[in-house]
Amino acid sequence: MQKVLHIDAGKCTGCLQCEMACSYENYQVFAPSKSRIKVFDFHATGKKVPYTCTQCDEAWCLHACPVEAITVDKATGAKVVSEATCVGCKVCTIACPFGTVNYVQETGKVQKCDLCGGEPACTEACPTGAITYIDANWTGLGRMAEWANKLGNQPVAN
Amino acid sequence: MAWAGKILRVNLTDGTVKSEALNMQWARDYIGSRGLGSKYLVEEVDAKVDPLSPENKIIWATGPLTGTMASTGGRYTVITKSPLTGAIACSNSGGYWGAELKMAGWDMIIFEGKSPKPVYLYVNDDVAELRDAAHLWGKSVFQTEEIIKKTHQDPLMRISSIGKAGENQVLFAAVVNDLHRAAGRSGVGAVAGSKNLKAIAVRGTKGVGNIRDPKAFMQVTFEKKKILAENAVTGQGLPAYGTQVLMNVINEVGALPTRNHRDVQFEGAKDISAEAMKTPRKTDGKTHLVTNQACFGCTIACGRISKIDETHFTVVNKPEYWGASGGLEYEAAWALGAANGVNDLECLQYVNVLCNEEGIDPISFGATVGAVMELYELGVLTKEQIGIEAPFGSAKALAFLAEETVNGRGFGKEIGQGAKRLTAKYGRPELAMHSKGQEFPAYDGRAIQGIGLAYATSNRGGCHLRGYTIASEVLGIPVKTDPTESEGKPELVKAFQDATAAFDSSGLCIFTSFAWSLPDLAPQLAAACDDGYTTEELAKIGERIWNMERDFNNRAGFTAKDDTLPKRLLEEACKTGPSKGKVNELAKMLPKYYEVRGWNPDGTLKPETRARLGL
Repeated sequence: MQKVLHIDAGKCTGCLQCEMACSYENYQVFAPSKSRIKVFDFHATGKKVPYTCTQCDEAWCLHACPVEAITVDKATGAKVVSEATCVGCKVCTIACPFGTVNYVQETGKVQKCDLCGGEPACTEACPTGAITYIDANWTGLGRMAEWANKLGNQPVAN
Repeated sequence: MAWAGKILRVNLTDGTVKSEALNMQWARDYIGSRGLGSKYLVEEVDAKVDPLSPENKIIWATGPLTGTMASTGGRYTVITKSPLTGAIACSNSGGYWGAELKMAGWDMIIFEGKSPKPVYLYVNDDVAELRDAAHLWGKSVFQTEEIIKKTHQDPLMRISSIGKAGENQVLFAAVVNDLHRAAGRSGVGAVAGSKNLKAIAVRGTKGVGNIRDPKAFMQVTFEKKKILAENAVTGQGLPAYGTQVLMNVINEVGALPTRNHRDVQFEGAKDISAEAMKTPRKTDGKTHLVTNQACFGCTIACGRISKIDETHFTVVNKPEYWGASGGLEYEAAWALGAANGVNDLECLQYVNVLCNEEGIDPISFGATVGAVMELYELGVLTKEQIGIEAPFGSAKALAFLAEETVNGRGFGKEIGQGAKRLTAKYGRPELAMHSKGQEFPAYDGRAIQGIGLAYATSNRGGCHLRGYTIASEVLGIPVKTDPTESEGKPELVKAFQDATAAFDSSGLCIFTSFAWSLPDLAPQLAAACDDGYTTEELAKIGERIWNMERDFNNRAGFTAKDDTLPKRLLEEACKTGPSKGKVNELAKMLPKYYEVRGWNPDGTLKPETRARLGL
């Protein structure tokens, strides 16, 4: 079963535990500035939205890379950057329609979400279930169940 | 470790910014934030200094757990000598700014002197420079944040600033960060204003990495987050209803100060409660509350984000107030509402947004308006003097006076002096509901004996956050005590005051203490910093901090006479509710309190107390 990160923005409180978990997993520091998942706070509406790579099947970043530094992790389906191969040309950052692959000045390479090898740290850290790691084919299951519950548990008309 | 080990010292007179090593012995003995920042202040500032003079200093301080994955690890404090009280001030804020400063590699920033012209401090990791703020002077907190982010082309920057109220030195001006989180009390914003310091803009990309035992830290913080999630208050009540969950509860126990403490129950409490915020409005069918929001690292998420009814008289034709914004929290809802007899929820939120926008403390503001309304009803103040008819219950007067106060106009200038000075000017000082010059928050000291003692003895004047005995006396945390009983309260108040000082110094939020006590905090600090941080050690450090603050106040000229409450709380009994007929029994509690504190009858520290605490 392939799993994906599933984001339910309605549950996000903006605490940034996910950003700290991500930076800690990858760089052993608590540093939202180094996180591969970002929470956007739209203060005029009160909406908070966590956002990261969705691991496209036909990944623009992967196809755009001139040195094949981005490859598919067969176990998770994640598109993974090889730091050893990456030359920091940033073409992938232009190719990605969603902005989720980014250049890192300090290393001269790009970084993006790699699903932590199948155990995404952000999902474990999220206190509200806004970020979950679930069956790629059934990301709608929760929402379907919610609506099914509304339908199925109405008072019976008689 | 977990401390960055470095502080910034900014001399505003000379315009210099210097990096210096953190005093690690002080860090060990006072932890961080409130304790450590206060230690620097009491060592460097003469207690007798004029708070608004260049000789006063003002410190922004983080704790060792600020900027870590420990739940609620986003707090910072602003420490100075208060212009409102003349006592030591330490105001605590959440949001994201504190963590950002820590991630830039700094534990605290000390400002000295006075800048000849408006400036802001720009911090980007190791770079720290004073910048001209002429274009920001006269701008609100909201505008200041926007302009600075645009100037630096950095939307991820975090800003802690003052609005017009701080510039005008309103004595209860706040420092506000992330639009609506505030180091709210005691007028710390006025001190910044007196120094021509408009803002601190910070971007920190280094992160916090020097955890003593990272594996143990991740494990213990994970376990402690679970306790918060499973607790009824921190896991359910606060995220769902915010601190506003208290409005109906406190009203029912007859401890909701109403109309300047004339009454202890408010007939309009239900209209301004958490439940009201979640009830669809008749006008547009929408609820006032939009969502809850967390501060940095917080797994509780008690913050409220609300939208004002666009047709409400306060915001008609003012689309800038139609968006979502912070509030209402319980203290603001009480101070703007019950304290003035105003039950108009939309008006309260409008005024609350004004408080954030221009940076004033809604508690002191609301309580001062309460005194003004009483003076108006007594005929001491007239419509001509105030600029509007101002009887209790008038939402129009409340909104008008808020606009006048934040903009420094008309009678607003007098309100900006706080209740103590205003009532004294008009010959009725007994009508100011305060201790040491700071207005009381949202719990009546007659109905709840312990909180009355906590107000009278608080090191920053009237305040619930220096010893929140409500937890025990009303909510039964950690054990239920009878609110009407004064016996045992001196010991209870001391225990709360000391533990709170330790929590405040860690960089975490005091709201965790609804579910945690010192044995939960200790292993987190131990894993992050120093394995000497045991429960016993934290209790001792908390007591050390309390006594250090007290000692500063004594040197500033405070005596046992100042550990008191207004006549109304000592002589006019509660008219209704479970505490009907009760006054605060301060005279019974205070001597015992001094005894358990190890103080002389005149409120000074005994030599053996100093020796025991290493002061």
